[in-house]
Amino acid sequence: MATYVLTVNGVEHSVEAEPKMPLLWVLRDVIGLTGTKYGCGIGQCGSCTVLLNGSPGRSCQRSISSIGDERITTIEGLSESGDHPLQVMWDELNVSQCGFCQPGQILTAFAMLRSRPNPTDADIDREMSRNLCRCGTYIRIKEAIKQAAGLVED
Amino acid sequence: MKKISNGLPFMLEALGIDPVTGTKFDPFTHVRNNGRDSRTVILNLSRRSFLKTSALAGGSVFVLGLGTGFRAQDSPDVMETGTREEAVSDSEFRPNVFVALHENGDVFIVNSRSEMGQGVRSSIPPLIADEMEADLERVHVLQADGDAMYGDQNTDGSTSIRNFFDDWRKAGATARVMLVSAAAADWGVPAEECEAENHVVYHRASGREAAYGDLARMAAEQPVPEDPAFKPREKWRYIGKEIRGTDNRDIATGKAVYGLDVKVPGMLYASVEHCPTIGGTLISYDAAETLKVPGVREVVSLPLASASPGFGSLGGLAVVAENTWAAFQGREKLIAEWDLGDNASYESAAYRETLEASVKAPGKVIRKTGDEAAAFDSAATTIEASYYVPMLAHTPMEVPNATAWFKDDGSCECWAPTQDAQGARATVAQTLEIEESKVTIHITLLGGGFGRKSKPDFICEAALISRAVGAPVKVTWKREDCIQFDYFHSPSAQYLKAGFDEDGKAVSWLHRTAFPSISSTFAPGVKYASEGELNLGFTTVPYDIPNMSCENGEAIAHVRIGWLRSVCNIHHSFAINAFAGEMAHSVGRDQVEYLLELLGPSRSLNDMFPEKGPYGENLEEAPYHTGRLRAVLERAARESGWGSQALGPGEGMGAAVHYSFGSYVAWVMRVKVENNTVRVVRADGVIDCGTYVNADRVRAQMEGNLVFGLTLAFNGRITATNGSINQSNFHNYRLLRMEQTPETHIYLTESEMIPGGVGEPGLPPVSPALTNAILAATGSPVRELPVRLA
Repeated sequence: MATYVLTVNGVEHSVEAEPKMPLLWVLRDVIGLTGTKYGCGIGQCGSCTVLLNGSPGRSCQRSISSIGDERITTIEGLSESGDHPLQVMWDELNVSQCGFCQPGQILTAFAMLRSRPNPTDADIDREMSRNLCRCGTYIRIKEAIKQAAGLVED
Repeated sequence: MKKISNGLPFMLEALGIDPVTGTKFDPFTHVRNNGRDSRTVILNLSRRSFLKTSALAGGSVFVLGLGTGFRAQDSPDVMETGTREEAVSDSEFRPNVFVALHENGDVFIVNSRSEMGQGVRSSIPPLIADEMEADLERVHVLQADGDAMYGDQNTDGSTSIRNFFDDWRKAGATARVMLVSAAAADWGVPAEECEAENHVVYHRASGREAAYGDLARMAAEQPVPEDPAFKPREKWRYIGKEIRGTDNRDIATGKAVYGLDVKVPGMLYASVEHCPTIGGTLISYDAAETLKVPGVREVVSLPLASASPGFGSLGGLAVVAENTWAAFQGREKLIAEWDLGDNASYESAAYRETLEASVKAPGKVIRKTGDEAAAFDSAATTIEASYYVPMLAHTPMEVPNATAWFKDDGSCECWAPTQDAQGARATVAQTLEIEESKVTIHITLLGGGFGRKSKPDFICEAALISRAVGAPVKVTWKREDCIQFDYFHSPSAQYLKAGFDEDGKAVSWLHRTAFPSISSTFAPGVKYASEGELNLGFTTVPYDIPNMSCENGEAIAHVRIGWLRSVCNIHHSFAINAFAGEMAHSVGRDQVEYLLELLGPSRSLNDMFPEKGPYGENLEEAPYHTGRLRAVLERAARESGWGSQALGPGEGMGAAVHYSFGSYVAWVMRVKVENNTVRVVRADGVIDCGTYVNADRVRAQMEGNLVFGLTLAFNGRITATNGSINQSNFHNYRLLRMEQTPETHIYLTESEMIPGGVGEPGLPPVSPALTNAILAATGSPVRELPVRLA
């Protein structure tokens, strides 16, 4: 066991954990932030996506010992009161069905819009195809991203 | 609920299964027994003494209001919430178990069904609110625990609206009538002169009005009307509209609580190593290295299930740890020697050959009209084809998981993403050999269900481990467990033959199907499909052909077989619609035109069912009807530009239409085949589900079924070697991704017919519409899934 200091959503957490423990399980079971989901454990589905210094990463594939001073943002920290344009559009367009994969979808979309504020359909297809949704909400995710991009632009 | 004394893990009799032979299994019997026949109990619960003992008031209701449902306050620790629970028990007016009205005007509506993404929490509460004339903005949605007082909670078979539409309305109408009576009594005017509208009762003649909250106390004193009148259709406020999702905001902010997110103080984390085959045994194991993994507390050996495990725990070696990851790591270090038993012989490739041999020979005749053999002899031409669909796994994004707390007083409290909380309660009680009244099942949000979470095996695991270690325990299945120890969709082989007259009109039809039955999961030696399974799209083929034979061949199961979204309709609709496409192709006819000819004139097909419909439908009010099949197909063709689209090289369009769960769905697909790969360019789907509640969720289910159907058509394949499943995770059991999702158009039929199902009916015609489009594009039929081009 070792002690690590993680900055999650702007808050420092001192965590005792095995060096190889994936960030996913540190967030969920140790710190208690359960918005980050376990879907596959092998980096295939994107349900565990978090932002590391603003870039999307698979928290199931990142050991706690590899994090260093990277700033971690989870879905709980995306906005102060849940009103980021992506969260607003996810609500307005009723994107979610079961909703389990959506935190990962939203964070992946957030990172894409940071690097491509005006994504084409092909951009969205390419970037968002990293994330799986068994309910099949892809059509609405795409539309919500387009509309949120407009809001971000304004 | 009945119990079985012989130790079988579920109420087989209640499911219509003979516990000895298993031959009567019908996955929808329970819908009929516990569905339409069970009426909502309307009681005036406003007496506080009753309230104190009701499950709603007394249980840990950790679900908060509309827009904040399933929300944990500052942490997902469900034990720390419950403020709304007090608000409900303080409500002055509780006309029945589904509705409560507080003096401040807050309305609490209890949703008793499980939310797995189908939108039930955004459909039933608005439906009740509509009949109550309650303002949806002031409605808080509460989630019920598993309890018989709510009637049928088994969320399965696309039943939540279609079987209980009038019951939900009655729950709301009762409240409205009592509120109106209260106001009328207070004003000394006849109730008929008063009218409820959006949280207020009016007496227009005298200009008086009273807010719902102000009437709550007096309403509680009113007699409960036995048969409250429903609102006229034109006054519906929410029904049929696009209604915002109850849990949208919580999902988008990470606050929604799924089973996997439950946290109970002092909880330990477990994960179970199962025997690779069903019915194997544990010879020996060595946990020494496991116990050295930091965070691992202990290893518990759970009794192994038989070869017919039903809904009970599979058993195995449970690693109990301080966090999920340590439990997973501990499993990696386990050394276990298994005797794999008889099912180690299961090879899916060889098994496929036995299924295909089964349908090459005559089978058990299920339906016969005319003389198909003679008609083949005299036909101008005939064609035949065999179809194969492999095993499929459910893979909801949230793996099976449950939290259980077996307490010192011998009771067991469980939190689980379950589709069937009452069934889970009974099964956990039988597993622990305690009274059902000592088991509590809290229904969390489900991160997808699709039928997998109807089965409480994973909840039983949690209960057993909690009892063994004396602490609350959360069991988490790895994705690999979820795929390899699923209740699989049956692999199936089908053979079809058609005969035509000189004009290309079909005069004879032979269809044979063979697949291991769901009944096999509950009883050994089952060889044939149940009547209920065969009624899922097979016996019920709607074609207007004078000579028909539908036959069922033998098939023995070697893994747990279960129901997956739309169940046997998946393979039956695929084969029937794909064969219809081949028939049209063989006689040089347009697919849609030929499908319409096969469907024949607009007519009721009720004479197929001597007693009741295959989905428990009310056939008197809504006959199984070719007119509705024709209408959705014609509309899908029209909207897609069928016949008027200029198709480029490698492009083709295909159509399919199917009835299931009381609803009618047609899909038209447009594909482009290039470099030996298929891309779906556009999909047009039409659903006629009669009256619907939340138009937006109906569209969403059509969209979701499209993706689900294309996933199984392009990627769905589970295989077995030496009795073990070869696939393990999303790299080799792939789901469709966004870039493969076509431009999609959904159309809802406006109808005043009684409601049909929504969660499943969109799925069955997806795969054959796709393969018919490939046939049109390439001239070559597709006869097995997943699609492989010739």
